[in-house]
Amino acid sequence: MPVSIGHYVALAAILFFIGVIGVMVRRNPLVMLMSIELMFNAANILFIAFARVWLQNAGQVFAFLVITVAAAEAAIGLAIIVTTFRPQKYVDVDDVRALHG
Amino acid sequence: MLEFFVLAAILIGSAIWTIAASKPVYSVVALLLNFATIAVLYVTLSAEFLAVIQIIVYSGAILVLFVFVIALLSSGVAPFATGPNRLPKIWLPAAVVALAGFAFLVYAVSKAPVVPTRAAGPVGIANVFGSVADFGTALFTVQLLPFEVTALILMVAVIGVITLGGEQMREATPRGHERVVEREMREAILREGKG
Repeated sequence: MPVSIGHYVALAAILFFIGVIGVMVRRNPLVMLMSIELMFNAANILFIAFARVWLQNAGQVFAFLVITVAAAEAAIGLAIIVTTFRPQKYVDVDDVRALHG
Repeated sequence: MLEFFVLAAILIGSAIWTIAASKPVYSVVALLLNFATIAVLYVTLSAEFLAVIQIIVYSGAILVLFVFVIALLSSGVAPFATGPNRLPKIWLPAAVVALAGFAFLVYAVSKAPVVPTRAAGPVGIANVFGSVADFGTALFTVQLLPFEVTALILMVAVIGVITLGGEQMREATPRGHERVVEREMREAILREGKG
């Protein structure tokens, strides 16, 4: 059984849903951000697998763009986490009620 | 073929470890394993440049940022000793949603035509698909606009982080400290000149 593109799609789907479960289940904002990174990486695997299949560079360039967006997102997200949770005793997303209305 | 399944097993295992670890530091270690394995997977897909970028940006920059924030937030009193996660409460709905979505994806994949992987040349040879020269040429000619959008995204991120952290930094530094040091130095120079 040779490895076809379907295997890569299945692997990316599994990794993406592990990330989704992490965001839904965990209450620690750091682990939630790490789960978002897992989802970014699942998308990247698909971009690069399809680029390999069709021998097109555009997929790799877009994966590069996704890596940049992930870096920017991590920097901003961690800055928000630090400014939000520094004065608080516990790091728990459920404690954040500033925008609750 | 074997390497794909070994890498996939490591990837899935380390991803589950990432979201199931009790402490965030363990999550970072698991995520490091995940990112390194993804870099190896990129090499097998003849994306050499992106494998290196994966190691540098993800394993180097982003994970170090995570470790910094963990150290910053846990400098107080045991901040990560929070109550139970939502895991007991919504474990079942989360699993059902994830399994339904995954089943849909597997169905869609099984319906899609199987595309044979074409030969791309061995890894490490210049000017074949996926080599650094090939990727760089595409990045600076055909794909120049996305590359410049990348620079814009990074600049927006830098401005955002400075905006978020700037208030704290201004409060943290003692006001007028530099001015006091400067005045003392000037007086010392004057004294030297007189003496």
